[in-house]
Amino acid sequence: MSLKRIDLLICCGSGCVSAGAMKIKERFHEVLQEKNLANEINIIETGCMGPCDYGPVMVIYPEGIFYKKVTEDDVEEIVNEHFIKGRPVTRLMLHNDEEQTFSTKKEVPFYQKQVKVALANCGFIDPDSIDEYIATSGYEALGTVLTTMTPQDVIHVIRKSGLRGRGGGGFPTHIKWQMVHDNVADEKYVICNGDEGDPGAFMDRSLLEGDPHRILEGMMIAAYAIGATAGFFYIRAEYPLAIKRIRHAIAQAKEMGLMGDNVFGSKFCFDAEVRTGAGAFVCGEETALIHSIEGGRGNPSPKPPYPALQGLWGKPTIVNNVETFGNIPTIFLKGADWFASMGTETSKGTKVFALTGDIRNTGLVEVPMGITLRELIFDVGGGMTGGHKFKAVQLGGPSGGCLTVEHLDVHVDYESLKERGAMMGSGGVIVMNDKNCMVNIAKFFMDFCVDESCGKCSPCRIGLKQMLDILEKITNGNGKEGDIEELQRLGEAISKLSLCGLGQSAPNPVLSTIRYFREEYEAHIRDKSCGTKVCLDLMHFDIDKDRCIGCSLCARKCPVTCITGSREEKYTIHQLDCVKCGNCQDVCPVKAVNRIPGMHPEVLAKHTAEANLTSHHDD
Amino acid sequence: MIKGEGMTLEICKKYAPNKDNLIQILHEIQDTHPQHYISPEAVDTVAEYLHVPANHIYGVLTFYTMYSTTPRGKNIIRLCESPPCYIKGSENILRKLKIILGVQTGETSRDGQFTLELCACLGVCGNAPVMMINDDVYGDLTEEKVEEIIEKIRRER
Repeated sequence: MSLKRIDLLICCGSGCVSAGAMKIKERFHEVLQEKNLANEINIIETGCMGPCDYGPVMVIYPEGIFYKKVTEDDVEEIVNEHFIKGRPVTRLMLHNDEEQTFSTKKEVPFYQKQVKVALANCGFIDPDSIDEYIATSGYEALGTVLTTMTPQDVIHVIRKSGLRGRGGGGFPTHIKWQMVHDNVADEKYVICNGDEGDPGAFMDRSLLEGDPHRILEGMMIAAYAIGATAGFFYIRAEYPLAIKRIRHAIAQAKEMGLMGDNVFGSKFCFDAEVRTGAGAFVCGEETALIHSIEGGRGNPSPKPPYPALQGLWGKPTIVNNVETFGNIPTIFLKGADWFASMGTETSKGTKVFALTGDIRNTGLVEVPMGITLRELIFDVGGGMTGGHKFKAVQLGGPSGGCLTVEHLDVHVDYESLKERGAMMGSGGVIVMNDKNCMVNIAKFFMDFCVDESCGKCSPCRIGLKQMLDILEKITNGNGKEGDIEELQRLGEAISKLSLCGLGQSAPNPVLSTIRYFREEYEAHIRDKSCGTKVCLDLMHFDIDKDRCIGCSLCARKCPVTCITGSREEKYTIHQLDCVKCGNCQDVCPVKAVNRIPGMHPEVLAKHTAEANLTSHHDD
Repeated sequence: MIKGEGMTLEICKKYAPNKDNLIQILHEIQDTHPQHYISPEAVDTVAEYLHVPANHIYGVLTFYTMYSTTPRGKNIIRLCESPPCYIKGSENILRKLKIILGVQTGETSRDGQFTLELCACLGVCGNAPVMMINDDVYGDLTEEKVEEIIEKIRRER
């Protein structure tokens, strides 16, 4: 192998690939061939680097120059200027609003407060290369564990580290392991839960795609601790790249003898395989996941018995999240005390969050537990896009809850989020600006849960649908007094009575938005008005006569011809016929068409009359 | 016989005849079928091979959203309808796709090229709104971009 003078790391996480990273990589190969530089420059395809919003991104070593939003057309310039003449392309570097330039990855504010444990290699090594993983101390932890520790020692270390499940509930990892360890059985199993379904969460995907060997190593350490000889990766079929990468990693590990019989000359034998889902959110629940691996419908079953006693094919089984496994090798390399030194009293270590929504730096970040929401959203996440105001943040996806401005100084850990009606969940952080209607968002999450409910238990199957119906009525102007209380009553009942985590947590978004944005619900119900002008039935379009130039564009584009007027008289929308398509607003050259909160008085009068008529019929 | 149906048994034989291989077998049958679906004949073949009742297979087929029991287009478009994509305007993308393809959600375009489906989170939320066409992810969608993407696939066929 010849020495190369430059390492070009191109992020090939799904985000950057969707923005065209593969084409850029190919273009680099072409240009380097043309210029006879292929021997000098090493092109490495890495996993997710984090800042998806800047994608496609790349880092060039030895200097660590960080380029964002690179296009195919920029490739030639990078090669000519940077690689040949040694002048990095400033234009592609990150700049902030104050025209400050951040030339290297280390300087980029996005990375400043991050501490990478699970994500340490993500975006730094080639995920398809076991050699690169080994070069970053990969499989060293497994070797140490297998040759110097007993299974019980391993569990002690995990206990000391304070590691808790990263998939949602935050159950202490060592307790699960201890339970399976203590069970005597002829066969035990370890399952990696890669059925990441929470909208807004993509850390498991990025980890599986970006550093598959780490997850595999974590799984093997777990298998040794509990006495399992077989493991399963259950990965969503929506993640074809993750499936491919983990299969490849397993094959490589087997070839090198890091997996199979008598690993590291010990008595430990292990084999792993990949099973895929087929599109069912509920399969993230451990009992449902087990049924799915067994080849059935992914219906959850009542607990107890817990999978630790009777899991896959009735044998003791641990089900751990991808990120949980991702932390394990480092805990053994750097020590439980080191891990436990980060975080808060009850939540140790770091957590990976996926920042999405109306936030500037969407992407994947890893921060110490206990960081405040403000730091997470404004320092790491770079604040809101387009100068809008922060309104709410949804933590924990459809199982979690919304928090508001007043919670920005809350420390992010399992307990403090739960206290306030949200939850850590898998770490999805959906940031919303003041243009979002919270009733509508709650309805949206409810719709998701209704779709994804497996239908096995009635509180979830029927109850969630009832809640959705009420929310629909509220957002289309048919809400009535008492609806909020009914939603709360239903929500609490469903939380208590549902069989699995999906139903138990599905009412959270509604309950938390009622708790913090009750006035929005009330405005929808009493005033028939959506202050954010999102709910189409509770807003109307209006033409500002002073601005209107009478060009007639709106009238011509109106699909129901409800706009009339002339150049002299200007144009008017006949509200009763308007279907709120928004065409008029889109085409107006002088921005004279406005969205106004609330039903138009004419529409409201008609609506009230009709509502009275139906209620008489009901009597 | 359409290409694909005769392959069902061949696909089955790649896997051990255990019930737990059902989901993987169904995936492969569907992926290799030109119309991306699982026919009643295929169900019977799999049932016989795995020694499970056909009703169990239908139970599984209808439980998971990725399986189809009706023929679909050559390219499956799956637009994410989860909240992060919704916040970033996936509704407009859906409207645009419906117009370009002349279909409603769940339908196949007349030329048999595209089936338009909605799906839960695709896990590329950093680049919302997002869609997948077959195994490829397309992010940061705008109405113009969608038009280009579809046009490109149409030209390539």
